[in-house]
Amino acid sequence: MASASLTAPKVAKRRASSLGDRIFAMLCQAAGILVLILLGALIVELFIAGLPAFRAFGIAFVTSTDWDPVRELFGAGVSIYGTIVTAILAIILAVPLAFGVAFFLTELAPPWMRRPVGTAVELLAAVPSIIYGMWGFFVIAPAFAQHVQPFIIDTVGELPVIGALFQGPPFGTGLFTAAFILAIMVLPFIAATMRDVFEQVPPVYKESAYGLGATTWEVMKGVVIPYTRVSVVGGIMLGLGRALGETMAVTFVIGNANRISTSLFGPGNTIASLVALEFGESEIGSLKLASLLALGFILFLLSFAVLATSRYLLRSRLKA
Amino acid sequence: MAARLGQRRKWADRIMRALCISATVIGLVLLASILATLFYRGFEAMSLRVFTHITAPPGSEGGLLNAIVGSLIQSLLGTAIGTPIGMLVGTYLAEYAKNSWLGNAVRFVSDILLSAPSILIGLFVYQILVLPFGGFSGWAGVAALAIIVIPIVVRTTEDMLQLIPNTLREAVVGLGAPKWKMIILICWRSAIAGIITGVLLAVARVAGETAPLLFTSLGNNAWSTDLSKPIASLPVAIYSFAGSPFEDWIALAWAGALLITLGVLGLNILARTLLRSRI
Repeated sequence: MASASLTAPKVAKRRASSLGDRIFAMLCQAAGILVLILLGALIVELFIAGLPAFRAFGIAFVTSTDWDPVRELFGAGVSIYGTIVTAILAIILAVPLAFGVAFFLTELAPPWMRRPVGTAVELLAAVPSIIYGMWGFFVIAPAFAQHVQPFIIDTVGELPVIGALFQGPPFGTGLFTAAFILAIMVLPFIAATMRDVFEQVPPVYKESAYGLGATTWEVMKGVVIPYTRVSVVGGIMLGLGRALGETMAVTFVIGNANRISTSLFGPGNTIASLVALEFGESEIGSLKLASLLALGFILFLLSFAVLATSRYLLRSRLKA
Repeated sequence: MAARLGQRRKWADRIMRALCISATVIGLVLLASILATLFYRGFEAMSLRVFTHITAPPGSEGGLLNAIVGSLIQSLLGTAIGTPIGMLVGTYLAEYAKNSWLGNAVRFVSDILLSAPSILIGLFVYQILVLPFGGFSGWAGVAALAIIVIPIVVRTTEDMLQLIPNTLREAVVGLGAPKWKMIILICWRSAIAGIITGVLLAVARVAGETAPLLFTSLGNNAWSTDLSKPIASLPVAIYSFAGSPFEDWIALAWAGALLITLGVLGLNILARTLLRSRI
């Protein structure tokens, strides 16, 4: 009897708290599922919205280079080309710089210098895209048109095979300028990943190499890079994923022409810049709007593939 | 022979060091160039008028008041909606679903959303909120920004909760507290500095977002704080002014660019120092 009266309130109380537990757990799980639904809905909505374009042009939509609102002919070829070329060129420009920054921050810089320099490089990632666009349009493009591009055209442009990539009038804007701006924008992401994985190399490995008489560079080349290779590639893919979808900065400097030029100095467009520019001039329900949303769907597939690969390669770092 | 090899290795080392130092210097010079341009062109155009007048046709005395207010409303509301959802998701990942398949799926999707092109989020919200509800609206802009905020808060919340030692959790549960009390009263409280950092970074990120707002809140040259109608925002105003052929609009765009960059970088530095002082 006595024991029953002792335990009775306890049971009731535990039930109340387990109800609270269940509600809270359900809230958390529901929020998690909401995130899944968000991405799922994003894919489905973009696909459905782009469906009229896929229906009208079939698979040829991806390769067609038309963009003719008057004749209602739309194709994604030029903007896919521009997106991939600028993103890859940006990575080619950004990786050596990012590697240098990461090497400097982990091995070369005196300790007092690491934090301010690291923060400054990370602040590059915080500057809004539109600021890069204005800076690129008003500062970089004129400088490129007057100094950098004429110089490259006169030197590299004269070379036999790769010379074709660097010819034509120096507009200042174009694929190359867009790639240059993108390179600066993805630099901090790649550098931060590289620095983080370089720091995870066990000191014993590096010390044994130093003990054998290796120089700093040899330790980097022979120990740190082989040890972190997979994660470094993951960091580069992360940068690539970011570069594919950049909108505002590219819109300002790419020149916005729907043609594929052999020269990197020629104007072009990317999926994101085309959508940003043409969206305002499309009527609801028109084939043009559907084509733009279909472009969005293609961009999503591209960046999803790249980002998923990046995350797979970085999984060891995420676990640590 | 050996001496020559040693010399070569030393030179290779010196050259690589020099190259890496120059790479860092290039990075810093680029940041300095951006900031110098902004300060030079921004301060030239800055005046009290920027804060007291709304956007006006070229040639007439205009400012950016409506864009500043619109940006503040949308960024703060977007963060206010996205933060609790992000915190719950982060809590789910760290406290409930460490190794379950659902947890891994949510973590994966959240990381994809974190780096996904923001223009796609704008298109998505256009499809689900602008088209069905008859037009561009401030609420659609807020929703787009909230979607961008969620993964940022998820990442920091999960990371911060993982830093809390398990002994602390065991002590709380050992005292008989239910799990939800343990999470809210102990875990969240211990992680609060980190979570606030994440929220500040999220505000900084959405305050500079342009692409998703182009398709959702559109921008508005008149004074309006009505969220059911198109509403102005600083980045969209900068975008349309900077691309115009009018000198005074371009000057205003620079003033706006300076404002937004100062705000965003200030928030970033504040978030970093806040986190550092607590760890």
